[in-house]
Amino acid sequence: MDLLTEIAILVLAAFVGFEVISKVPNTLHTPLMSGTNAIHGIVLVGALLVVSQASSTLSKVLLVVAVAFGTINVIGGFLVTDRMLSMFKRKPEPVKEEAPADEVES
Amino acid sequence: MTLATVWFRSPDFINALYILAFTLFIVGLRGLTGPNTAVRGNKIAAVGMVIAVVATLLLGERQVHGETLPAIISGWSDVWLIVLGLVIGTAIGIPSAVKVKMTAIPQMVALFNGVGGGAVALISWSEYRHALESGGNPELQILIPTLFAAIIGSVSFWGSNIAFGKLQEILPGRPIQLPGQQFINLALLIISVGCAVLIATGRESEALFIGILVSAALLGNLVVLPIGGADMPVVISLLNAFTGLSAAAAGIALQNTVLIVAGMIVGASGTILTNLMAVAMNRSVPSIIAGGFGGGTIATGGGDDDNEGKSVRSTSAQDVAIQLAFARLVVIVPGYGMAVAQAQHAVKELTRVLEGKGVEVRFGIHPVAGRMPGHMNVLLAEADVPYDQLKEMDDINPEFPRTDVVLVIGANDVTNPAAKDSPESPIYGMPILEVSNAGAVVVLKRSMGAGFAGIDNPLFYDEKTSLLFGDAKESVGEITAEVQSL
Repeated sequence: MDLLTEIAILVLAAFVGFEVISKVPNTLHTPLMSGTNAIHGIVLVGALLVVSQASSTLSKVLLVVAVAFGTINVIGGFLVTDRMLSMFKRKPEPVKEEAPADEVES
Repeated sequence: MTLATVWFRSPDFINALYILAFTLFIVGLRGLTGPNTAVRGNKIAAVGMVIAVVATLLLGERQVHGETLPAIISGWSDVWLIVLGLVIGTAIGIPSAVKVKMTAIPQMVALFNGVGGGAVALISWSEYRHALESGGNPELQILIPTLFAAIIGSVSFWGSNIAFGKLQEILPGRPIQLPGQQFINLALLIISVGCAVLIATGRESEALFIGILVSAALLGNLVVLPIGGADMPVVISLLNAFTGLSAAAAGIALQNTVLIVAGMIVGASGTILTNLMAVAMNRSVPSIIAGGFGGGTIATGGGDDDNEGKSVRSTSAQDVAIQLAFARLVVIVPGYGMAVAQAQHAVKELTRVLEGKGVEVRFGIHPVAGRMPGHMNVLLAEADVPYDQLKEMDDINPEFPRTDVVLVIGANDVTNPAAKDSPESPIYGMPILEVSNAGAVVVLKRSMGAGFAGIDNPLFYDEKTSLLFGDAKESVGEITAEVQSL
């Protein structure tokens, strides 16, 4: 894959990113930030790609830490987003209790 | 020479899986923008991530830039290193995500973002080490993105850690500034870019590379430290976009499509999101960052001396209960104080009791109440407050003139009339909940301390306002009990 192909992919991906997040209600800003945060956990793939190149001990340590960091980013990111969103799930609407007239003080 | 002996380890097959993975990211992200599809969207993206990681582990021998690289797992030592990293990451990631309180979620997001940036910085460092070991600087199309990833990754890691420290209140939320901050920051930026340029122009030195990482790390620290706590959500979102960009850069260096696409999508959408958040606070991203560089407008705190010596009116739970019980419309304005005190369930209970008395109750949610946009919605949803009772700022502001009592629970800056009235206030221009248009205002507060932005609030000295001091949860509980006994 040559550099120009990579840059073409980069530019197209940028537009996809811009388009996807066009209209978002305020309420979803935080979960969305958390969700995109989890997606850049893709750096884990980057760390895995270079592990086999490590020859010195220092490089190995660096990459184990990088893999661990990437894993924290992925797992933590998706779990926290899921927890946040589970708060928004439609719960079965409780039957609206009407206050009995005699209890209402005027 | 055959590059791959087994079809499912061939680069073509792996690339096909990568395409599937980033398609799922895009579909998932689209889901995350709508309230009904968000949960599924997050899961779809997670499936994409699993596919991308598994595909990478399968990847066999391949050629990159004319160099034949070994399979990802080419021996037991690779297996051990990867398993070790995955296990450590899982052991830290799962408990911290599952156990964190809903109130601490913003700083958790900052931390998860930071480690992502840190991973990028480490990857580029080890890439560079590998290049030096195998014959010197790589060609520029690898070297430049590697250097870029190192700078941005390091800034993002350290900046996020400072943001975490501020939100966790390990560090003071108020802006911290050093004398001559602009010059120090500028110098650090020049040093890190300068080292990068030296390497790119042919110098081969690991020391220079470490110089990049260290100066970028200091820069990340010093840029975020002076930014006031109120701006922190925007900063985290911006650093999130940065980490995405650094991942995309690492993707170019490693010739990996899924890294490029996923990183760039996060970089782009993160930038848009940062801007949306800044607009919701009537701040501009450049002015927030300028705050970080010691210029622009930042919330410096203090200032409003004209409030000194004015007295506030404190009240009792019983009085508040009477006010509330005989009101027709009550608007509750929650803020970070409610989150800290974990008062959302008590608030829900109060709402239920008041509704039992025939009082109409609404919630006025400021877009940046709490520490992040949507923070209050999450907490109130957790306490089963129906979604349709939560009103956004633009919907609730016209309602205040016909509101009898506004109950402000641990919110401060988002109700500060100084944002409308006094042009010299650091938060001037931020849209606020215009609670002073209501018949009466009751503020539940821990103490007379200023808000997170460190600015005094003239609302508290308004003659319509009375204050009830104490822990929000206890105060709300007392009010509820008093309302019930009426």
